[in-house]
Parts: sequence; structure tokens; C-alpha cells
Amino acid sequence: MLQQLGQLPMGWLLIALIAVFGSAAFFLGRTRAERLLETSIGRMHSRPNYHGYYVAMCTVVPVLLIAVAYAIFADDLTRSQLTRELPSSFDRLSAPELQSYLDSVRMAAGTAASSGADRVFQAITNRYLELRGFVNAATLVLLGALAAIGIFWSQSRLRPDFRARALVENGMQLVLFLCAGVAIATTAGIVFSLLYESLLFFQKVSAWDFLTGTRWNAQTNAEFGALPLFFGTFMIALIAMLVAAPIGLFSAIFLSEYASPKARGWIKPVLEILAGIPTVVYGFFALLVVAPAVRQLAIWINELIIQVGLSSEPVLAAQPTSALAAGLVMGIMVIPFVSSLSDDVINAVPQTLRDAAYALGATKSETVKQVVVPAALPGIIAALLLAVSRAIGETMIVVMAAGKSARISMDPTSDLTTITVQIVSLMTGETGFDDPKTLSAFALGLVLFAVTLAFNVVALRVVKKYREKYD
Amino acid sequence: MDTSQGMSPVVDNNLTLPPIADAAAAPRIDCRNIKVFYGETQAIHDVSMSFPDRAVTALIGPSGCGKSTFLRCLNRMNDTIENCRVEGQILMDGENINDADVDPVLLRSRVGMVFQKPNPFPKSIYDNIAYGPRIHGLANGREDLDAIVEKSLRRAGLWDEVKDRLMAPGTGLSGGQQQRLCIARAIAVQPEVILMDEPCSALDPIATARIEELIDELRNRYCIVIVTHSMQQAARVSQRTAFFHLGNLVELGDTSQIFTNPREKRTEDYITGRFG
Amino acid sequence: MTDKARSPITSAAAAKHLKRRRAADGRFRYYGLTAILTALGALAVLAVSIGSQALSAATYNVVRYDITLDPAVVAPEGKSRPADISRNVEGFYSLIRDNLLDTFPEAQEDRVLRRELSDFVTRLAVLPTARLVAKNPELIGSQITVTAPLNDDLDLYLKGGGVRERKIRTGLIASVQAGAEGTYALQGAGAFDKLIAGLTVAGEGRATDAVQMDVLLTSGASTGRLTSITPGAATMELLTGKAEDFTNDRPTARIILSPESERTISDRQIAWTLALKDMGRIKREPRWTLLTNSDSTYPELAGGLSAIVGSLLTMLVTALVAMPIGVLAAVYLEEFAPRNRVTEFIEVNINNLAAVPSIVFGLLGAALYINFLGMPRSAPLVGGLVLALMTFPVVIIASRAALKAVPPSVRSGALAVGASQMQTVFHHVVPLAAPGILTGAILGMARALGETAPLLLIGMVAFVGDVPKSPMDESTVMPVLIFSWSNNAERSWEPLTAAMIVILLAFLLLMNGLVVFLRRKYERRW
Repeated sequence: MLQQLGQLPMGWLLIALIAVFGSAAFFLGRTRAERLLETSIGRMHSRPNYHGYYVAMCTVVPVLLIAVAYAIFADDLTRSQLTRELPSSFDRLSAPELQSYLDSVRMAAGTAASSGADRVFQAITNRYLELRGFVNAATLVLLGALAAIGIFWSQSRLRPDFRARALVENGMQLVLFLCAGVAIATTAGIVFSLLYESLLFFQKVSAWDFLTGTRWNAQTNAEFGALPLFFGTFMIALIAMLVAAPIGLFSAIFLSEYASPKARGWIKPVLEILAGIPTVVYGFFALLVVAPAVRQLAIWINELIIQVGLSSEPVLAAQPTSALAAGLVMGIMVIPFVSSLSDDVINAVPQTLRDAAYALGATKSETVKQVVVPAALPGIIAALLLAVSRAIGETMIVVMAAGKSARISMDPTSDLTTITVQIVSLMTGETGFDDPKTLSAFALGLVLFAVTLAFNVVALRVVKKYREKYD
Repeated sequence: MDTSQGMSPVVDNNLTLPPIADAAAAPRIDCRNIKVFYGETQAIHDVSMSFPDRAVTALIGPSGCGKSTFLRCLNRMNDTIENCRVEGQILMDGENINDADVDPVLLRSRVGMVFQKPNPFPKSIYDNIAYGPRIHGLANGREDLDAIVEKSLRRAGLWDEVKDRLMAPGTGLSGGQQQRLCIARAIAVQPEVILMDEPCSALDPIATARIEELIDELRNRYCIVIVTHSMQQAARVSQRTAFFHLGNLVELGDTSQIFTNPREKRTEDYITGRFG
Repeated sequence: MTDKARSPITSAAAAKHLKRRRAADGRFRYYGLTAILTALGALAVLAVSIGSQALSAATYNVVRYDITLDPAVVAPEGKSRPADISRNVEGFYSLIRDNLLDTFPEAQEDRVLRRELSDFVTRLAVLPTARLVAKNPELIGSQITVTAPLNDDLDLYLKGGGVRERKIRTGLIASVQAGAEGTYALQGAGAFDKLIAGLTVAGEGRATDAVQMDVLLTSGASTGRLTSITPGAATMELLTGKAEDFTNDRPTARIILSPESERTISDRQIAWTLALKDMGRIKREPRWTLLTNSDSTYPELAGGLSAIVGSLLTMLVTALVAMPIGVLAAVYLEEFAPRNRVTEFIEVNINNLAAVPSIVFGLLGAALYINFLGMPRSAPLVGGLVLALMTFPVVIIASRAALKAVPPSVRSGALAVGASQMQTVFHHVVPLAAPGILTGAILGMARALGETAPLLLIGMVAFVGDVPKSPMDESTVMPVLIFSWSNNAERSWEPLTAAMIVILLAFLLLMNGLVVFLRRKYERRW
């Protein structure tokens, strides 16, 4: 019996129950309010529907809380009880081993097709189902009781002068506020999870060694000096900005000052396509086209240098994946981030300033260079900062085209690795959360988050100030 | 329709004019059959008029009558507006400034302009004034430039107020000071004509009075054209007045005559406040 | 008249100065134009390089086999239940291999050749046939015609990729004489003039005898490899078919520029492929399997169905979570929030979250959902939740802009007839802002659909051969599949990856098209 209960599809069941309880409560409340409306003298404060909503609210909220608690704790509860009951032979299992054993138990319990497994496993699975069934049954009973209490208590409060609408609207407003609060919760979640795992990491590896060490060899769990990663990230972001800053800025100037409205009307959306292309597509492009081209170019330059006699051996590394290839493609990706925001701030420069310069006899380029761009400079700097932040945090292009060797090399045709590349390679494949290898990914993530956050905060602040100035 | 047609271009028997104006009996700017179009709509209908040197000509009329548009023809500022087309001849020194081979950059250095809202560059006071001379290469060295800046600020009557803070941002000045800074900026390029597009509309009465005094001083050296929606201001500062209505030049004459004895019914209605 | 010289601007020096300024003006404009053209050019190169690759993967070559469903092979005793038949890969595969061996008897005795021939079709390619037979057992014993995709390397060869070759038509061969060990002497006056000239070009003038370079001579279904050549005569080693085919024919010579050791396909395989083609058994078909098959380790069988379904499930979760939260949060911030510190802090948070690198959300997902809450790895549910955290700030920002665009007069009007603030907002403001909110949400979803990095961190990069049925099943998504495929070393994955990219872009285009449509239809200026 309990075992069958243990196999209940609780997720669907809970959703269905909430829907049933909610709508039942609503109709009960409304009917009652309608009856009040008929018998009462004078006007009711709220329409019957709001009384219905009120009753439904009082019923659904506690039920919902129980359901959430169930989703979070049910499995843990079952497991901890099961662990206590396990035969002593299981004591020698390490924590992760036990964890994976219990995972397989849960899996087997879910499919109910545990034929062929050994008897101990079978027995444990059955016991798991029993425990789970107990938890499920308890949850359902609690749920029903709470729903009933909610319905009867809230219904008993309904009076003609009961301010149901105000209460419902207050409840709604609380829901709205909580939704907005998710933003804070998300940031807090990011900061907390990164800090927590990083602190675990820094217990094993000193923060100083991590930040200043020059040897990175995380895959073999040996060396965690992240400086080469920072260097690679910086180098590739620099190359990207060398591409994106001039092209983006000049594009913005051309679009806002020179292009006819018609040309602007189609060039701007086409440029924005660049921002809409998934980064994995850029990564493939880098791998397929740009990296081989960069390599060919580097080989050609090497040969040229040898022929000219400047050097007797190849100067450039000319590797199949390279910082230059990744940086160039990332630069293309970042162009719209620079051009779009710069275009906005340039357009925000008042026309009267341009008129003043023209009226003095300034040419168009003089007006742009000496009046418009200086006036828009804070906004343009903000755009560049946001672009840098974007380039630092970009992952797929570098994962696919930048390479994996952690080294400090000024040669752009050699393969460099970045923070994001290492995070991906550390977090994919077999990972356990107590492994310094995995934890180091979070330390890298913390550095990445802190740096990009600093860029973003400064940039957003500059943009805000700038907007206020010309609004 | 075109009332100016029948008049001699400059019949200047205004006795209040200083003697220097008599020397320039010939017009500084002579406009012939100006038409302006915004796309398909015509904003100015066949206006012909001329502007005497060393005198202030006021353009008045209800808002939207085309007076500002007409003013902007005189230094080809309309070029900067998309799909705006100007037809007709505007002669300066016998040369049509609407000719394709006339460089608007050069033209605008000879015909300065002051705008409705003070629009100093977000730079220092000094750089605001020095900007024009710098781009046109008018100054030989720093001292020369200093001299131009001082002279321009003096002429604009702003020198005493700002001489101690030339490096302060121009945007930090009061509205009236900003507008005088803009006038000084226009003067610094040594123009022959100064166009003013409602230069006092954003200013308080005291600042307005200062600007009007300044205009009166400046007319000894320049041909000034001022657009204003205030008839009192036109009466105070100008020697000649042109009344525009619905893109047409209705009447042109000496200011005293326009305001005391208008020939056209519409002018009279406007001046006496029946519409506008 | 004022003299022109009064103004220093009209002087000769000034004229020169002006000329310089004008030139600078022109240059500046030119820089701007160059920048735009560079950006557009980069986009064009990207589109063309991926588009052309994808085009070659849009079709593939399938081979036709006429096989007799021998009951002893497809449904041997004890294994004749439909479930067994549908899993009897080996049996069906042997039928197809035997068919190939019948077609090319020369491979029957030689073990190396047998293996080369069995490479033509991968074992798993017979699965559809097996399933068909399992469903219709009455077919057993009859002869049926099945098709199976050609090996990916040979497919690439037929499409002109992988192996570089030059085709030259030879002159008329007058006679063929058998020599020792399967070699034949071909004769025809001046038949090989052009070929020799071609060899000289191909070998860059180094060697002109065929021995140094692979030259295949094909006539109909027969192909031989040249061993020596003079203008009027040549000897060849017959690879497949009959030597008689060459008499009184003008065979086609193929100079293969990459040596056999550097290729994934042998001369013999090329010869068989050409023969099958000549027999009309190879047909180029649209590659619908890209949309109907799931991932596979064999490129010719691989498809994106499981990833497409995975993406849809993930997007469903994202939409269900991010859209309500985002819209309600925007309503709160725009309509109800008091101007205080908390509100300001929320706004700062939202703006920053929209700019946090996506991979950080992946780390959050790994730590929070998988490590802390113990959710399954690789599940669309977790992927969708991670992407929802990433998307909802975007939804909030777009929704706020849409709400802001609703004029205050609407609010005043509703409040004036006695609606509460909540009623005003949900009865009047939100419906008016709905198109704007919806377009913002769709754009946010489009961004999430193309996102890869955070999903790698929560294990959605695993190989998934089955179509996921629920958000809890192991799954992958389109961009991650693209990433996985691009990691494969074999050349034939390249066009396939490009084709998958085109499919992904098609989805994105669809979403953006929807946005444009909504904007056109509901755009309203106040």
C-alpha cells in the first residue's frame, strides 16, 4: 500500500490538487457572497468575485507552501531516514558513493522495473518506496487539512462590509513585489553560491597562489595559478575591442550623422542581426573559417620573414586555434553592442549643438569630431565598457576557437585559454562538488563575475548620468 | 501677393539711422524669388527682399509663418535638414549663395547665426569663442587667439563678467550670459551678417534688455537679421521690418512705417492683435 | 559693396586651408563607410560560409538495395517476435552486405575488400527497415527494396568534397587486352594525350607517369587504376566491373590529387561508388533525417530531433517561469513600487543581471539546482530554470518600456470611474501594453534559445540518442548539439553542423518574424 503511494506522480498530483482546491474555494466563496448580496440591505463593499478570490487565496497559499516544501525536502527526508536504516555493511561507503547508490535506488524506484538487481538492492528500493509513500501520504493529508481549514475559516469571515477586494489586492501586490524580489534573490544566489564554493576552494588552495600563480594545470588537480587565464582573457578581449571599437564607433557615427534615413533604416537592423546570432554560431564560424585563415596567414608571414632573412626559424606559433581567431570573431560579435549604444548617445546630443557648429562654418567631420563626439563621450565610454564586459564573459567563441593551453604569450597566433574556457572544461564531464577541480571553476566564476560587474556598474552609472544630462 | 516687388529694394529714409548706414545704400543680401519646400509641402512662397548693411531687419509674423525657415536660407542652414529644398537666388556680393559651387562652410563663416535657445558647446568659455577661429585658421598663434577671444567677448559685452573664469565651462553661465556667449562666438569668426533666430525667447526680461542693447551696438558693424515673435522687440531694435504670413512676405518697410501706418490689412490686423 | 578681402576667410591662404578641411571631411566620411561595410562584409562572409556548407548537407546520397527477407536471417527461430525483429540489426545488415557482395563479386574472397565494401552502409542504418518488417511480418520471405544512406565520406566525395580530383575525358580506346593478374593493356591512337597534359599540370610538371599519381579510369560501371601511360597506350589494374566495357568507349579519367594513404576512402571504394551511381542505385535525396532522426555517432544517420524537442521543452519551462515573473515584476516596478531604496536596489539588480555573463548563470544553476536542490543533470527542467533566471531581467526591461509607453491619461480615465489601482493596471494598462510585453518576451526567449554556455555546465552536453518525453528526461538542446557536432573530428560533420545552425537560425528567424509581425499589427503611437 505504502509502496504504491511511493510511486504516485506527486508533481502532477500536487498541481491538480492546487487547481481543484483553488477553483472550489473560489466558487464556494462567490456563492456565499452572492447569497449575502441578496439578503443584505445596502451595498456590499466588494463584488462577489472578490470574495471568491479571497477564499481561493486563503486556500491556495498554504497549500502552495506545502507543495514547495515537499518538492524541496521530500527526497532528502526519505534519504536521511533510509540511510539511518541501512545495514552496517554500508558504513564503509564514502559519502559520494552512498549518494550515487541512493541515486540508483531512487531511479529504480521511479521505474518500478528493478528486476534482475540483487536482493539487497531490491529490499532497499522497496523500503525507499515505503518511506516515500509515507511522506507522500502525510503530505496529502496535511494538504487536504490545510485546504479545508483555509476554506472554512476564510468563508466564515465574509460579511457584506468585508473588504475582500482590498485584501485580495494587497495579496496581489505582495505577489508582484515578490516577483520583483526575484531579481535580488538571483543576484544573492549568484553571489552566495560563487562565494561559498570559492571559499571551499580557498581552503585548499591559497587565494594569493590562485590569483598570482603562473602555472595552471587544474585537470590533473595539481596547479591552480590563474594568471595565464587572466592574461588570455585580457588578450582576446583586447583583440576583440581593437576590432569592435573603431568599427562600431565609426559605424555609429556614419549611421547617425551621414547615412540617409533610408540607408539607416536597413543598415541598423542588419547590424543588429550580428547581436542576435547565437555565440555558438560565431564559434563554429571561427573554427571553420577564421582560425584556418589566421593559421595560413601566420605560416605565410613566417615564410616571408625567413625568406627576407630576419629570422631563421618561424616567429609565429601558427596554431590551428588561436587567440587572434577567437578575438577577431568576438570583435565582430561585439560590434553591434558598441554601435547600437553609441548611436543612441550620439543621437541624444541636441541638434542645437550641431547647428551652432554648422553656423560657425564647421564642416560635418569637424562638427562630429569636435562637438558631437566630445559631448557624447561619457556615453561612448560606457558603450565600450559594456562591450569589454561582454567580451570578457563570452564563452562559446573562445571555447571553440581559442584553445586550451594556459600560457602567457604575446603571440596572437598561439592558442591561449581564458577564464570561461576553463570553467567549461572543468565543469563538463565527471564532476563532484568536493573536488578542488570543480571548486576552482567557481573561484574563476567569482573573478569573472566581480570584473564584469565592476564594468557594468560603472558603465550603467555613466549612461544614467548622461541620460539625465540631456533629458 | 508679393508686396516687395513694387518697392525699391532699399528705401532707407529712416532718420534715426546713424550716418554710417547711409554709406551702405546697396543691400548686403538680396533675395530673389525664394521658395522653400519640405518634401512636397511649400513653406516659403516666392519671397523677394533685401537686407541693408549696418542695419537691423526684423522678420515678424505668427508662429509657423516661415520666418525662421527663411532666415535659415540666408546661411544655408536648411542644407542640414533632410528633404528640405530651397529655390531662388540669394545674392551676396553679386554671388548667388545657393549655387552648387558655393561652399556652405565658407558661407557660414561670413554669415553667423545665433539660435533661439542658447547653445554653448560643452567646453570652456574660451574654447567656445576660440572654436570658430581655430577651425577657420584665423589666428596666428596663441596671443592672436587670446586677442580675438577678448575682442569678441568685449563686443558681446560679456568680457567683464567672465574674464576671470575663461576656462570655466560655458554651460555654467546664466541663460542671458550663455546667449551673449553665443553672440560672441558668432562674432569671433568676423562675419559680415549675423542672423538671430528669436534670440531672446528663452530669456528673462532683464537679460532680454541686455541682448537688445547689444544688438543695437552691433548694428554699427554688421548687417543683422532678427526673427522675433515679439512686435515690441521688433519695434525697439530694428530699422526695417518684414511681416510674414503663411509663408508669404506680406509687407516690408521701415519699422516706424510698419508699426504706425501699415499698408496691408493683414499687417494691421496682426499688429493690432486680431490674430497671431 | 564690401570688398571681399575684408574677411580673412576669403584670402588665398584660407582657400588652401579650406581645401584641406574639405579633404579631411571626405576622409572621415569614408572611414565611417568603411566601418559599416566591414561589419556588413563580416556578416556576409559568415552567412555565405555557413550557408554553403549547410546547403551541401541539405541533401545526401542514399543507396537502393533489393533484398529478399529470408526468414532464417531476419526472424530466426526463437527470435521471431516483432520486438526481436526490430532489434535484429545484424540480420538485416547481413542481407544488405550480401547484396553488395553480389553486386561486386571481386570483394567476396578478400577480407580487406570485404571490410571496405561493408563500410558502405553502417549497421544502424538498417533499423528503419527492421522496424518496418517487425510491424508488417507478412513481408518476411518477399523481396523488398530498401534504401540506406551512403557512408558519409563517400557521400562527401560524391558531393565534390573531401577528395580533390580532376576529371579528364580520354580519347577512343580501340582495344583492350588482358595481361597478368587482372591488368589490362588499353590502346587507342592519341587517346591519352589530354590525360598526360592534365597529369603534367596536376603534378606541377614533375612527373608525367601515372604510377606516381592515382588515376582512375571509368567506363560505365567499370573502373580501373592506371599503372603506366603513353600517348597511345596505357595499362590498368581493373578494380571493378568488366574490362570489355572500355573497348570502343571514351572513358573518364580521374586524377586523384591526394594519395590513398591520406584519404578516408580507398580507390576501390571510389570505384564501387561510381559503379553504383552508374547502375542508378545511388540517388541524392533531401535529408529529412536531419529533422526526423536523433543524434548518432554516424554522420549519415545523425539528426537533430532530440535536440529540437529538448530545446522546445527547455523553452517551455523558461517561458512558464520567466514570463509571468518578468511581467509581474515589471508591473510592480512601473505601477506600484514606491520610490525608495528597496525599489532602487531592485532596479540596479535587474540592470546588472541583464549584463552578467551567461556562464555565471550556469555556475549558479550547477550550484543551486543540481548540488543544493539535487535536481537531475541534463534535464530540460533545470536548463529551462537556468535560462529563465537569465531571461527574466530582459523581460522586465522590455515590459517596463511597454508599460511606460501607455499614456497616463488611460490610468487617470480608469481611476476617475472608480477603478482601484490594481483594476486600472490589469484591466487597462497591461492589455494596452501587451503587444510590447509580448515582443520583449519573445526576444528574450530567442536569446535563451541560442544560449549554450550555461547549459554545458548543467550537463546538457551529454550524448542523447532518444527523444526526451518530459522536462525531467535527459536531453540536449540545439546550440549544444551544434557545439558537440563541431567538436567531432571527421570532415563530414562540418556540413551537418552548418545545417543544424541553419535550423537553429530558422527558429530564431521565426521568432523575430513574429516580433516584426506583432509590431506592425499592434504598433500604436500615443
